[in-house]
Amino acid sequence: MKNKEPLILAVVVIFSLITYYLVEPYAHHVMHKHVESEHFAYADLPALAANGDATRGQDLVMGAGACTGCHSIEAAGMPAAMEPQDAAASYGVNPPDLSNVGVIFDERFLADLIKNPAHALKVEHKFTAESGKMHPMSAFAGAGGDIDQEVADMVAYLKSIAIKAEDVTPKIAYENACGRCHAMSYEKWTQIGEKPSFKDKKDALAFDIKVLQYEDSLKAYMGKLPPDLSMYIRSRGEHFVSTFIENPQAQLEGTAMPRVGVTAEMAEKVIEHMQDSGDTKRAERESIGMNVMIYIIIFAIFALLWKKQVWRDLH
Amino acid sequence: MENNSRRGFMGKAFGAVAAVGAIGSLFAMKKSWDPLPSVRSAGFTTLDLSVYKENELITEKWRGKPIFVLKKTADMVASQTESQKARDIEVNGSHYMIAIGLCTHLGCIPAYNASNKGFLCACHGGQFDFAGDVTKVPPPRGFDIPPFKIEGNTLVLGEAGPEYTKMKESGVTL
Amino acid sequence: MAHFTKATSIKDWLNQRLAIETVERVMMSEYWIPKNINFLWAMGMVLVITFALLLVSGIFLLMYYQPHVDTAFYSVNYTIMREVDFGWLWRHVHGVAASVVFLIIYIHMFTGIYYGSYKKGREMIWVSGMLLFVAFSAEAFSGYMLPWGQMSYWAGMVITNLFSGGSLHADGLVEWIRGDYVPAQAFLTRFFMLHVLLIPLAIIGLIGLHFGALRIPHVNNQDGEEIDFDKEAKKYLAGDKAGSKVMRFANDFMSKDMMVVGIYLIFFFYLVFWNYGFAMDAVNFDPADGLKTPAHIYPEWYFLWSYEILRPFSVDIGLVAFGFAQVIFVLLPWLDRSPNTVPANRRGLFAIWFWVMLINLIVLTAMGKLPPEGMFSQIGFVSAIVFIVQWLMLPFITMFEKKV
Repeated sequence: MKNKEPLILAVVVIFSLITYYLVEPYAHHVMHKHVESEHFAYADLPALAANGDATRGQDLVMGAGACTGCHSIEAAGMPAAMEPQDAAASYGVNPPDLSNVGVIFDERFLADLIKNPAHALKVEHKFTAESGKMHPMSAFAGAGGDIDQEVADMVAYLKSIAIKAEDVTPKIAYENACGRCHAMSYEKWTQIGEKPSFKDKKDALAFDIKVLQYEDSLKAYMGKLPPDLSMYIRSRGEHFVSTFIENPQAQLEGTAMPRVGVTAEMAEKVIEHMQDSGDTKRAERESIGMNVMIYIIIFAIFALLWKKQVWRDLH
Repeated sequence: MENNSRRGFMGKAFGAVAAVGAIGSLFAMKKSWDPLPSVRSAGFTTLDLSVYKENELITEKWRGKPIFVLKKTADMVASQTESQKARDIEVNGSHYMIAIGLCTHLGCIPAYNASNKGFLCACHGGQFDFAGDVTKVPPPRGFDIPPFKIEGNTLVLGEAGPEYTKMKESGVTL
Repeated sequence: MAHFTKATSIKDWLNQRLAIETVERVMMSEYWIPKNINFLWAMGMVLVITFALLLVSGIFLLMYYQPHVDTAFYSVNYTIMREVDFGWLWRHVHGVAASVVFLIIYIHMFTGIYYGSYKKGREMIWVSGMLLFVAFSAEAFSGYMLPWGQMSYWAGMVITNLFSGGSLHADGLVEWIRGDYVPAQAFLTRFFMLHVLLIPLAIIGLIGLHFGALRIPHVNNQDGEEIDFDKEAKKYLAGDKAGSKVMRFANDFMSKDMMVVGIYLIFFFYLVFWNYGFAMDAVNFDPADGLKTPAHIYPEWYFLWSYEILRPFSVDIGLVAFGFAQVIFVLLPWLDRSPNTVPANRRGLFAIWFWVMLINLIVLTAMGKLPPEGMFSQIGFVSAIVFIVQWLMLPFITMFEKKV
């Protein structure tokens, strides 16, 4: 009697794999636009024109640049003038504290942002002449000298006050890059900061009201409320999130989400933080997976040996 | 059975391997029944002792259980016997009875009578004095004292400080 | 009343009361299985194991799941996935098993079709099997509602709308099914009940029926050979194990079952730990939003073929075609008019019918997932027509089949 089992197995496996290929990789390839990462090079933005001087930069940031009119710089002892929800009511979104922007965001991006915010953020479609809207951050028109040199000085100053890249935790990266628009409820994060635990329900509700006020302003500014990112690493996947952070327009043309402008290193930290929220057991899954596989292979080997023994008498 | 020994052996060996897998999955099942991390981390309660009034029983909550806090009057402190003193918790010169407010008999919550300075459990008539000592059966012992740690004028329930450890070691509480 | 004697052992004590030796003999050691079968005959045991995995993992999910529209998503994605020790494992096992069980069901079903295992006294095996397929489909759908993500909500919306009957506009029926105008609290709680109680009970009952239906006609074999089981069993028991055409279910066939199960579990756990995406759709990790439909909406892969039969037609014809596709497989034993119980490859035109059916179902499955645009919708349309025509042709091509 010829053993047909290998042939039958081949037929079953081939048909299963064809079906899998068609409904998974192929269908997703057709349904979703594939965007290649540009490795956060920001090649569309010019390189910094000159070597910046942090001291002159400080004068510009504090003085002619007028940054501190809206932005706090905790690291330089300048706390926020307004509560986040009040700032959002004025600007649409709370202007970020500038303490660590020098380490989180790419220098080309920062320089372009100072000169032309809507361009750097890739949201010019929202602030056209017809719409009559202006980006809430006013462009820096120069302080009388070479504007590129001035911008480079300001960027140099921002870099000089920031903490070191290795001290930026995934959480800090997320809070700076995403946290003013996106809540992350599984990590207790709201757009106005981490929600403390209140003993008194009244205090908790007062905090919630501040968050709702903030979200109302944000909704008016962005068109809709930016989503909670707790589970985004599983609903969108790492590749989508990464390329979306790099250039939202490439994935979703016309989106109100601005280009974030983070460096490649910080993008990785942001993603790590999203994994810490939405895929906390990834390491455990890996290690337990290996152990289970080893066990199951042993199980299968013993089952095979048992079968061989039992069947010896049957032929 | 007419099994030759080798065949019988492979069957048993396979059975053993399968049993190891079953035990492994039992381990995962046991772990899934454990209290959740959020339950464990919520196991600490801080009491601010400045808010309590003398001879007024306040019931706080710790790990879902009622916690009796009774600030003792000067008369009470002066009248305390040795066994009552052993249960006494002194913070910043004030004396307190702090205990899990469950009758040690079957777990009902006794009521405090401020005029006779004692507790009565309505379920089976057990009685306790203001220090938490049992004065009438059926309860087998005085109120249990939760692990506590004195920090300034606050008390952290769920953490064992030296005063608590002493009580536990001397058998004042279980 | 029976006469009881003082027991000589625990086994004897039980035996006097429960007849465990008889049960063991009838169910295991003298349950005779033909030797002329291949590993496809182990799919039944693979399904039993998969069902057991679903049951156990489901029990642990049930301990922490909250069937409330406000907390369901959180209880699944936060409590179970983050807080409960091994909660993620139960969920991954449950999700992957729910998907893989259909792959095995389809393999099991097409094995039956290929070898003619629904004929000559085996009709009830086929019918009870198809009822199990329906019950598993309902179980899969109701379970898919529970995480209350975007796909749960919109699948619930679309599938319940099927019951409006197209131009019949039976909106009252749809609302009755949902208990609301849209899928909401009442809908979630009743589908929770269906998923954890009513349908599992039905499945367990049907599994009993399916096994019982197998008992009298016996298991089919690779050549459709009619075996005199009594004669062959005597031969086996007399010691001629090699010469007999049958073997014991336990341990003879059981050892092979376990070997196949072992290999299957390697594949299964690989999927659980490293390739679970196909069974746990990414879109369902977004919480349900009744005001926003996802860009691409499609059922799980095992429903795609019937979904595609619905999709290319106008609403009424689509529903009729869909209804046709749901019931037609059950009628196979009567639509196949041939007297032959042999593998399809020896049945002439039926062999072509079989392979076309299989390939066409895969095409329908693929088209069901792809966006219904351009070439994909044309291929889908043709495939749906081919599917229907094939079933209409079946009685005729089998009627004139030569007796083998």
